[in-house]
Amino acid sequence: MSRVRPGRIVSWTLLFIGGVIMITPIIFMLSTSLKDASQVYDLRVIPAAPTLDNYIEILGDGRFTRWFINSMIVAGIVTISNVFFDSLVGYTLAKFKFRGRYLVFIAILSTLMIPTEMLVLPWYLMASQFGWVDSYWGIMFPGMMTAFGTFLMKQFFEGVPDDFIEAARIDGLNEFTIWWKIAMPLVTPALSALAIFTFLGNWTAFFWPLIVTTSAELYTLPVGLSSFAVEQSIQWEKIMTGASIATLPTLLIFLFLQRYIVRGVMLAGLKG
Amino acid sequence: MATIELDRLVKRYGQTTVVHGIDLSIRDGEFVVLVGPSGCGKSTTLRMIAGLEEISGGEIRIDGRVVNDLQPKDRNIAMVFQNYAIYPHMSVAENIAFGLYRSKLSKAEKRQRVEQVAGTLGLTPYLERRPSALSGGQRQRVAIGRAMVRDPAAFLFDEPLSNLDAQLRTQMRIEIKRLHHRLGTTSVFVTHDQVEAMTMADRIVVMRDGRILQVGTPLELYEKPVDIFTARFIGSPTMNLIPASLRDGGADLSVGGSVRVPHATATTSDILVGARPQDLIPTSNGAQGLTVSGTVAVVETLGSETLVHIESGGQTIIGSAPGREIPRIGEHLTFHAPAERLYFFDKATEKALAAQ
Ligand SMILES: Nc1ncnc2c1ncn2[C@@H]1O[C@H](COP(=O)(O)OP(=O)(O)O)[C@@H](O)[C@H]1O
Ligand SMILES: [Mg+2]
Repeated sequence: MSRVRPGRIVSWTLLFIGGVIMITPIIFMLSTSLKDASQVYDLRVIPAAPTLDNYIEILGDGRFTRWFINSMIVAGIVTISNVFFDSLVGYTLAKFKFRGRYLVFIAILSTLMIPTEMLVLPWYLMASQFGWVDSYWGIMFPGMMTAFGTFLMKQFFEGVPDDFIEAARIDGLNEFTIWWKIAMPLVTPALSALAIFTFLGNWTAFFWPLIVTTSAELYTLPVGLSSFAVEQSIQWEKIMTGASIATLPTLLIFLFLQRYIVRGVMLAGLKG
Repeated sequence: MATIELDRLVKRYGQTTVVHGIDLSIRDGEFVVLVGPSGCGKSTTLRMIAGLEEISGGEIRIDGRVVNDLQPKDRNIAMVFQNYAIYPHMSVAENIAFGLYRSKLSKAEKRQRVEQVAGTLGLTPYLERRPSALSGGQRQRVAIGRAMVRDPAAFLFDEPLSNLDAQLRTQMRIEIKRLHHRLGTTSVFVTHDQVEAMTMADRIVVMRDGRILQVGTPLELYEKPVDIFTARFIGSPTMNLIPASLRDGGADLSVGGSVRVPHATATTSDILVGARPQDLIPTSNGAQGLTVSGTVAVVETLGSETLVHIESGGQTIIGSAPGREIPRIGEHLTFHAPAERLYFFDKATEKALAAQ
């Protein structure tokens, strides 16, 4: 029998407390979504008279479905764009020695230090000049590439051995194919991480989509849900039902990509 | 198959020159080994031949054609890297097939080539495996297979065996040698290991500080090293060098009496007399040649022979005794090397004295 070390107990306790703190709002969200309007302020966790009426109503409401699809489109396209362009630029910065490379890298990094609040105004001015306000492109364009993603991918591509690239060059692959067929598969852990961060960030994004959209058909899910709060009175049970449905894709995507993360880490661990 | 010629080849990184205008002519089908200590410019030279590194000066010709400005893929060479450079996310078959990336063969023909090469290298049972499920030796074989499958004009190897353990290295050495014998493809092999160089090369190119010191067959380098560096680099254990001073017709050694020196033309009278441990054997007869006596300090038993370190006049000299004769530490021993097996070097220039 091995004795349980005190450090173990402390860390388990802390993890347990942290877990409870994090899961409580989710439980309340689910519980509230199963209550009707009259029970919302009855704080019992298990609803006295659970009902699926909210779900039926929300899912039957064309607006909600529209917002859900909008969020999918925006988060999906932005994620694909980031995975593609961040890694393309990251790879170039990591593996090609060209004049001014360092300067470009610093310029990209320095944009990380500008807070979003400062960028929203220029973004909006730009969007309105180009006529992008109230369009998918208007919601998506600021996030199509990120400095953070570029930086992350550059760091990972630096770990790809030059031999791999040179061997491919000798075999006659062109530079784009080398990136796509050789380098990209070797950084799957980073790609999954980038994809998850980007998708989650855009799925839950609120501030910019709120500013750039005016018509309800273009709302993303968070913007749409918040509109429940300002119509008439605050309908908590509707908001919570919407939120419950909104968390579902993130949960699924995380569970799905987790496998890739594990496999990716194993790939990266393979040494010569 | 092809000839490779380097003509006053220079490589500079910014202000520093790492390859100082080397000339080398490699014959069709020859197995040439570039050997030298780490950092002497072997890899840089090989990479310039491959086209992975730009040439700062001079010319490279493959089969008589100047390739200075050709892309690696247009030089029809294949390269095997130290870290194998096989892709962990592809199977063995896919990795080998990469060598045929630009080939116009049909899918079926490619598959057939891959299987044929895998057969040659004993990889047939592993074709569908991932590299992670292979041993180091098997991975290196995959890398060689990838190079072979295309039937290139020349093979370039950059220290392909240094990640393998000693036993595998010996085995792969023989396999590569055998393959070369069968395929007859011009090969340039880079290593810092003189044993690899000696055992594999048709000709060895000894490099140091970005320059070629000597080119020759293994035996030529062993018997007629042009300078102290090559003399000590080739052969194991390294050659004994005993300070001596020149007088007409001979030299007085700091230990071991005096020897006759043919054709003495040195800058000063200070020379070094060299004797390989294998040539210094225990004897009682003091005929012509070098005779050293001293007390045994260290004995290295190898089985086939016994290396004996003796202390004499403040110097340690290594000789060899037959395998089953093991001298005791502290014992007094006399070693003798015949006159025709001695080497003579100018101490100031480190060059060999004029031909014996
Ligand atoms: N990209 C580079 N930039 C600057 N110096 C380099 C570069 N690559 C190699 N060198 C230098 O060139 C010399 C020769 O290197 P290399 O050909 O790799 O040696 P070897 O293969 O014989 O060990 C070394 O001194 C090394 O530091
Ligand atoms: Mg090297």
